[in-house]
Amino acid sequence: MYVIIAGGGKVGYYLSKTLVAEGHEVLLIEQDKREVDRLAEELGQVVVRGDASEMRTMKEAGMARADVVVAVTGDDGDNLVISQLAKRKFGVPRTIARVNNPMNEELFHRLGIDQTVVSTKIIFNLIEQQIETDQVIPLAALRRGNIEVVEIDLSDDSPVLNDTVGMLELPPDTLIISVVRGEHALIPQADTRFESGDSVIALVKADREAELRAVFSGPGMA
Amino acid sequence: MKIVILGCGRMGSTMATRLSREGQDVTVIDQEPDAFRRLKDYGGRTVLGNGLDPDVLRRAGIEQADAFVAVTNGDNRNITSVQIAKEIFRVPKVLARIYDPMRAAAYDQLGIPTLCTTMIGAGLMVDFLLGRQWGDVSQYCEIPAD
Repeated sequence: MYVIIAGGGKVGYYLSKTLVAEGHEVLLIEQDKREVDRLAEELGQVVVRGDASEMRTMKEAGMARADVVVAVTGDDGDNLVISQLAKRKFGVPRTIARVNNPMNEELFHRLGIDQTVVSTKIIFNLIEQQIETDQVIPLAALRRGNIEVVEIDLSDDSPVLNDTVGMLELPPDTLIISVVRGEHALIPQADTRFESGDSVIALVKADREAELRAVFSGPGMA
Repeated sequence: MKIVILGCGRMGSTMATRLSREGQDVTVIDQEPDAFRRLKDYGGRTVLGNGLDPDVLRRAGIEQADAFVAVTNGDNRNITSVQIAKEIFRVPKVLARIYDPMRAAAYDQLGIPTLCTTMIGAGLMVDFLLGRQWGDVSQYCEIPAD
């Protein structure tokens, strides 16, 4: 397969590396000269410098014969334009765009982008899927960093009920990433107040887990 | 008429000021608070934020807008926001300012209204240099096939 990747950030870099290793023909387009030099040193000939949303660059990249175009820059506007032009001007059969603002996902679909990748949403879905299995969930990638995703259910006698996130005294190396209330997962803000029945989703270094649980359950329950 | 302008640079601020003086209901969006300093003698609203964020556009009143124009210095940003305005918020009148002639031509063909100020400026200059009368704007927007 011939795959053109626009955007040489972390996603573009690892994607290129993986695809090359699997024997695909890859072209990675990046705009920033310093980034291009750095990427070329790691990836070799597959990196070119250019504005991937420019028709000339697209032509030179051989976009018309690409099987897949992946737009993974940090800018939703750039990603949309690259995917749209790839599809509608060069007839690329498959386009994948990264959506930085989850609210733009629907728009991208409506405008004919085959697939979108919303990183914030993926992480969230990942966590949500894991929540169903309950208890402590060590995700593979996080495990290497000795980080765990934990779910803590707040009972009626939790010491934090009616406190806000901002009032918590959390142990170091912990991060509250969501408060799940009924059907809804909230993105916690400093003024989010805990209610009985909430599930708190947090990232925590493995050796801090007991301390973290103690905050929500009281020392006796940890 | 309720008009939302994305981008408070030279072009955006000039348009906003003029339209506001003519009694139109104008809102300008920019993500740089300093940009609004360009607005002199302006009676409209300003909204600080990213013009690709539907929430920011809502705050600017895009749901009631009669027209939306995008004049940031990013072509892709302008194209994208205009599509959001047109497809999501059904704003009846939209226009994206585009610097790159090829991109403008491509999007015009895809049904997204664009105004390529590079082509217009270049066309006017050429006519001036060759001693010709300035013509209608549309004749300057014709973009070479390649």
